[in-house]
Amino acid sequence: MPADITSQTNAYSNSEIRKGINGSANTAFACALISAIVFFVAYLSQVSSIAAGTPWTFSGEWVPRLGVQLDFRVDGLSLLFGLLISGIGILVFLYSYGYFKVHKGHARLQWLLLSFMLAMLGLVSSDNIILLFIFWELTTITSFLLVGFDHENTQARRSALQALLVTGGGGLALLVGLIMLGQASGSYLLSEIIASGSAVTEHEHYPVILTLILLGAFTKSAQFPFHFWLPNAMAAPSPVSAYLHSATMVKAGIYLMMRLQSSLGGTEEWFYALSIAGGITAVWSSMMALRQTDLKLMLAWTTVMALGTITMFLASNLQIAALAAVTFLIVHAFYKCALFLAIGNVDKSTGTRDFNKLGSLVRFMPITALGAVLAALSMAGFPPFLGFIGKELIYEGTLTIADQPWIIVAAAVAANAMMVGIALTFIFRVFLGGESTITREPKEVYAVMWVGPVVLAIAGLLTGLLPGQITEYVIQPAVSSVMAASAEVKLSLWHGINGPLILSIITVAVGIMLFFSLSIVSRMINNLVEKLPVVGDSAYEFLLNRTQFVASKLTNRLQTGSLSHYLTIVFMAFVVSVAVTLLYHPVSMDFDRLTPVTPFIAIVVFLMISAALVLTFSNTRLLAICALGVVGSGVAVLFLVFGAIDVAITQLMVETLFVVLIATVLIKLPRFPDQTDPAKTRGLRDAVIAIAAGVVMAIITLGVSLTPLDLTVTHFFEENSLAQAYGRNIVNVILVDFRALDTLGEVAVVATAALAVIALLKVRVHAQGPR
Amino acid sequence: MEILLSLLVGVLMSVSVWMLLSRNLVKFLFGLVLISNVANLIIFKVGGLTVGAPALITDGGSAEYANSLPQALVLTAIVIGFGLVSFTLVLAHKAYQAIGTLNVDEMTLAEKRQDPADSEKSS
Repeated sequence: MPADITSQTNAYSNSEIRKGINGSANTAFACALISAIVFFVAYLSQVSSIAAGTPWTFSGEWVPRLGVQLDFRVDGLSLLFGLLISGIGILVFLYSYGYFKVHKGHARLQWLLLSFMLAMLGLVSSDNIILLFIFWELTTITSFLLVGFDHENTQARRSALQALLVTGGGGLALLVGLIMLGQASGSYLLSEIIASGSAVTEHEHYPVILTLILLGAFTKSAQFPFHFWLPNAMAAPSPVSAYLHSATMVKAGIYLMMRLQSSLGGTEEWFYALSIAGGITAVWSSMMALRQTDLKLMLAWTTVMALGTITMFLASNLQIAALAAVTFLIVHAFYKCALFLAIGNVDKSTGTRDFNKLGSLVRFMPITALGAVLAALSMAGFPPFLGFIGKELIYEGTLTIADQPWIIVAAAVAANAMMVGIALTFIFRVFLGGESTITREPKEVYAVMWVGPVVLAIAGLLTGLLPGQITEYVIQPAVSSVMAASAEVKLSLWHGINGPLILSIITVAVGIMLFFSLSIVSRMINNLVEKLPVVGDSAYEFLLNRTQFVASKLTNRLQTGSLSHYLTIVFMAFVVSVAVTLLYHPVSMDFDRLTPVTPFIAIVVFLMISAALVLTFSNTRLLAICALGVVGSGVAVLFLVFGAIDVAITQLMVETLFVVLIATVLIKLPRFPDQTDPAKTRGLRDAVIAIAAGVVMAIITLGVSLTPLDLTVTHFFEENSLAQAYGRNIVNVILVDFRALDTLGEVAVVATAALAVIALLKVRVHAQGPR
Repeated sequence: MEILLSLLVGVLMSVSVWMLLSRNLVKFLFGLVLISNVANLIIFKVGGLTVGAPALITDGGSAEYANSLPQALVLTAIVIGFGLVSFTLVLAHKAYQAIGTLNVDEMTLAEKRQDPADSEKSS
């Protein structure tokens, strides 16, 4: 089949194919870019009214009966995320246009990026938590497709699946958590849940709700111990990594924690869960970042570090912590996206991302280098960049929130010093200095590809120099949303000489030392990592393999293709479930309801039981058929005795037909005691199951006979049979009048069976022999 | 009376399960016929037993009738059970012609065991 396609495509000229690809890609690109611009402008137009405290809301019917509405509400926090998602979206879409210009998957990529952006925007704007969950899952699915964009590559497929399983699994936990949250707070609207304050934290299910929701947030935002999927997800193309890592996917969990901090936070559980997970994540991932030589992988690990830092800050419910988290979020979005895009340019231009092979790229790619260096300076937290303000706030926060601050302060300084070391590596080993060992001459990339890094890097610089505007219109409203109270914040570059500044100086000093001893440090970290027990990725691998192993074992065990085996399972399940139910809810039997036994009935029952036993042990077919006939006729007699005349007549007729039919067919089948059913294959197990089924059934029927019956329906028929249907035989009236449709269905079943029998009899089969 | 009939139901149920679990298709068929009968008997019995009072409305008499509802259900069930058993019977006959065995453990055409001989044949 693939050969056909190849030959077909060869029939067309290359330029025609190129034109077709470019045409559909241009459409996709235009749609994506226009949507991003429209959203960005729309968000911008709301900035002043939202800053004044009036959120933009929209509400539409969707599934009113389930209480799922299209409720959207854009407040300060949503606005911040919306601006980042759509604004960075514009730059990433432009970038992808240049990056994928001649790639046959270009159109697909642009559509996926657009879907992903829309899902993210929906996620951060939803007011209904069910709606939020739906968008949450949409981002999981679209990011799966984006990470696995290069689907012919095994590594990309594995990473995509890993991202899907980890974040999708967390999503399931989140769904349950959100539903419980809705039940506990009595509302599925985020605005109402937040307005109810800390009511949820006093609910008896609070620990469960918190655990489930944090599972969702931690998996999505790659917090320890779920951190491993994010660095693997950098198998995606550069623009995708830039978008996923800077503004979107991984920030969804951060968004959720920020959003719910005022409702779920402020407790010891919240504080310890977030500060421990965030702290471990931050320190561990900055160590992991230092040992990489692949620039993109290095960046991926620093993303995990940034997420850990933000999570650590969200642990506290102080305003300074929220301010630090929000500011650092913006700082990180700017520099991380710029650096990912710049590394994409380097990769495209030189063919490698290994910093040992690169050097002095400023000579060949001056504009990309400008963007990258400015972004790296912001990452290192040098003044006058926004990164500096962010880092100062982090230190101010750590000094304020911690009761025993030294561990957290040390962690923050260590993590930030490693950031400085990495930033310096970017600046002096790749762009400004260092020796290049690549053979080909790198060229500067298209304008659409350098505009992203440069714009973002300059944004980081300008917002650092003039923090007033962004503070008033974006940061302050966002902090107010997180705190669920109006907050007054002010940012400035210079705070005077205080604790944070001293820590900053220490950080830079340690960072410079790290930069100069990078090879020694990374070797030390490598040695350390080898000694540590398995975490993350290998645990995932192990679990995945075990699951598949157990599943296939189970399937082989259950799905044997043997009828008797299936029936064994069915009857065992029947016996066990009924017996357990009987044990826990014994039937109350009222022995006064017993009626006396008449000799006639006793004889009939005795005959039937004897016939059944004969059937069990019969060795000839004729004997078995006779025994079967006796049982069937006995049933008919019982019907007759207990006043069911019509049923008895039908039973007798059908029983007669049975015996005739069976006898007719049996003549053509081999004699009974053939080799297929030797006694030894019928073990004790079959007998036990059979007897147990009989005992259970006998107890149930006895129990039901000895409890009062609800005869409402029967009385209805008795009263209305003559009055409404003009029939004296109630059973007949039920069948042909009250339940006439049932009877029609029954006729249809019998007719179908008859047709099937005729069809089967006409088929000529060729013997194939047993398998 | 109730205890006696429950005993009957229990014995018939055991026998039919025993027959159904058999590896011989003919015995399985006997089990199928028997379990249909047991099911009908159970439905009828749990609806309450009234001796000699058919559900027929007589003029003026407001006597107690036998429970008509289970009777109607059982009547339908008997006929459908007949349809099922006749179809299965013919199917068994044809299956025997095609496969040449009545051992249900060897009738695995629909769900083949994974063994090399099979995959060779199918390719």
